Amino acid sequence: MSNAQQGKRPTSPHLQIYRPQITSVLSIVHRITGVGMALALILIVWWFLAAGTSDAYFNMVDGFLTSWFGILILGGSLLAFWFHFFNGIRHLKWDAGLAMSKIQVQKSGRIAIVATLIATTASLIYVFGGL
Amino acid sequence: MSYLTDRKRVAGLGVAEDGMKHWVLQRITAIALIPLTIGFLFPFMKSLGAGREAVLETYSSSFNALVAIMFFIVVCHHITQGIQIVIEDYVHYRRRQVRLLLLNKLFWGMTTIVAVFSVAKIAFGA
Repeated sequence: MSNAQQGKRPTSPHLQIYRPQITSVLSIVHRITGVGMALALILIVWWFLAAGTSDAYFNMVDGFLTSWFGILILGGSLLAFWFHFFNGIRHLKWDAGLAMSKIQVQKSGRIAIVATLIATTASLIYVFGGL
Repeated sequence: MSYLTDRKRVAGLGVAEDGMKHWVLQRITAIALIPLTIGFLFPFMKSLGAGREAVLETYSSSFNALVAIMFFIVVCHHITQGIQIVIEDYVHYRRRQVRLLLLNKLFWGMTTIVAVFSVAKIAFGA
């Protein structure tokens, strides 16, 4: 029976004809934000290494991270962080076996998006608003 | 072959290695990172672009330095595990997969050491 089934099993999802849903989109965004932040973390460690080394080295790295390009990377990482944070809590709830019905999963996905936007805006105000 | 049951055919293959430990540790680091990311992020965001003196001042505080060190250790572990899953999912050629998995552990292990060393150096007075 097992051998007869091999090779006939469906190989889903067929991405070209797959209609995106909030659940599948947030799932892949979780992975993308995770990998993206890993790259940003390397820059942050580099910044700490430079701060512990010398004024000249620190000014070079800090200047890069606070240039428009650096702000773009770190600002994007901040957005990625808050998404991964709230969506991660969603995952932890599922791992505990909670809130897994279709309606609940779609609703928590929308909450995660709204929470991400609010937290990102609030942190940007914290950084640039001089609070 | 046809005499083997499905159960017998898969025994000893696949995830029956340390998958469970990986899964549990990924959740433990995730929970630990809820307070650690917040605790790390706020002093860090304020230090960016504030000048080296301000950075050395911020991380000469034992609390800020310890939170940063704990954050880096736990986050590098969490990243290693996350990247491992991505490699296992997308790299099917076994030799290349094993090479990348080793490189992944090596790279994030080294990043942890550099991060802990750097914060400690500042905390002890760089």
